[in-house]
Amino acid sequence: MSDVRIETQALTKRYGRLTAVQDLNFSIEAGEVLGFLGPNGAGKSTTMKMLTGFLAPTSGTASINGHDVVTDSLAARQCIGYLPEGAPAYGEMTTRHFLAFIARARGFSGDEVKRVSGLAMERLNLQDVAEQPIETLSKGFKRRVGLAQAILHDPDVLILDEPTDGLDPNQKHEVRALIREMAAGKIIVISTHVLEEVHALCNRAIIIADGRLLVDDSPRGLLARSRYHNAVTMVVDQAERVASALSELPGAARVEIREGELTVFPVAGVALFEAISDRIRQNRWDVHEIRLEAGRMDEVFRQITTGEGSK
Amino acid sequence: MSLAIRPVSTFNAVKNVVGRELSSYFSTPVAWVFIVIFLVMSGVFTFYMGSFYERGMADLAPFFQFHAWLYLFLVPAISMRLWAEERRSGSIELLLTLPLTTWQAVLGKYLAAWLFIGLALSLTFPTWLTVNYLGNPDNGSILAAYIGSWMMAGGLLAIGSCMSALTRNQVVAFILSVVVCFGFLLSGLPMVMNVFSGWAPQSVLDMIADFSFLTRFASISKGILDLRDMFYFALVIASWLMANTIILEFRKAD
Repeated sequence: MSDVRIETQALTKRYGRLTAVQDLNFSIEAGEVLGFLGPNGAGKSTTMKMLTGFLAPTSGTASINGHDVVTDSLAARQCIGYLPEGAPAYGEMTTRHFLAFIARARGFSGDEVKRVSGLAMERLNLQDVAEQPIETLSKGFKRRVGLAQAILHDPDVLILDEPTDGLDPNQKHEVRALIREMAAGKIIVISTHVLEEVHALCNRAIIIADGRLLVDDSPRGLLARSRYHNAVTMVVDQAERVASALSELPGAARVEIREGELTVFPVAGVALFEAISDRIRQNRWDVHEIRLEAGRMDEVFRQITTGEGSK
Repeated sequence: MSLAIRPVSTFNAVKNVVGRELSSYFSTPVAWVFIVIFLVMSGVFTFYMGSFYERGMADLAPFFQFHAWLYLFLVPAISMRLWAEERRSGSIELLLTLPLTTWQAVLGKYLAAWLFIGLALSLTFPTWLTVNYLGNPDNGSILAAYIGSWMMAGGLLAIGSCMSALTRNQVVAFILSVVVCFGFLLSGLPMVMNVFSGWAPQSVLDMIADFSFLTRFASISKGILDLRDMFYFALVIASWLMANTIILEFRKAD
């Protein structure tokens, strides 16, 4: 039972008539950093609440390292570190006391409490606010306190509901570095609506909308679904003329000019970049900027979650 | 790589919650305000309304006599935040995803509040000193009355804790608690009995009358510490805390 693994089977949560999560089936293995994506209200938080044992599923099951989240809830929870949405904490407690409380709840005692909570403070740079009541801290610090309590017992499974929400770019960078550093041998599940995060952190992404799993893929695979995947975008003089010339190119599906940028979209699977650079040289167009697009995450996200396609 | 699962004993889990709760009482003005108001009010009730001196008797009957009414408002003031505050701040999600059962969390929070009320109650000791200075009271029955008073507070607190679990709004929790506590205090008095008498069978009437905290406490405050009364309060506390746990289990997320 010691292998690190999350599994769900037909996981479903209904509130009255409303179905928040429907028939989720997935399994997550050690080493995976899973980005959980979806529009607001898609069921991300509900799913996380079921995985952490806060909400009981209406039907279906989920297990953490082989421990069912309903029938063997305490054991499952012991394997998890959880940052709930909004990083709630006991505001009147100081950072130090709060982390000590969590440490004791996690089964540490005596000097260990000091050691593990001190370590967690160190990892999130909280030493300076150790004696401050949490409610007096800035949003960024509160989030870090929430992260500190989640990682304090070095859990196999980290479930983080919007871990970088409300952080400034430097803090985001630090938190991402921390997550990357912790990832080896563990499972990390992150919900986010910051799409760049998926690219920066995750090696797998699940998109859900209206409680259903729509896509389960790598970030790279997601990008490949973009119509911008392998498209060539340039800033060029006399864009109209260049556009009509390039649309003749075999393998070019479509040419668009948007906000002063000209983009050539390939027919699926065709690489256009070299052909285009040849044309540029032959025709001596004045190109100020040119790049090969990897794909646009926001566009893929919109396309998948709204069914709205390539417009 | 991963740490072994660390089992947490029920005792340690509950103790940890009790400690956290108690320290939070004292890191906010709640504790001080409550203790001061409790002491001032119990003094006012005893010495002015209870005619402590005029009676010319060395006992604490006037002191205990008003406890029920003092508790009616002060206990819900303590209990209203127990779960409503956890819901409002979202910390309930943190607490109940830690490796402890809902029952342990309920018990821990309840015990902390009960101990705190016990502390406030024990700080009324100058009244006891006064009566010992003035005469020779039966200290055994005073102790019994103290215990009875604390048990009654415990019963009201369990009701309040359960009501607090119903809502995220502390004011709603307070009002619900006062109303339900009022019903339990008075259920033996004519005011409540008149509603039922005439149509309800005698056995039901007896049962309702039996539920009254006041009639039970009346005998305890005279110094008669009956085991049946103790058992009654223990049963009331256990039942309401059980209801509290069930409510939380079913309505965690709202």
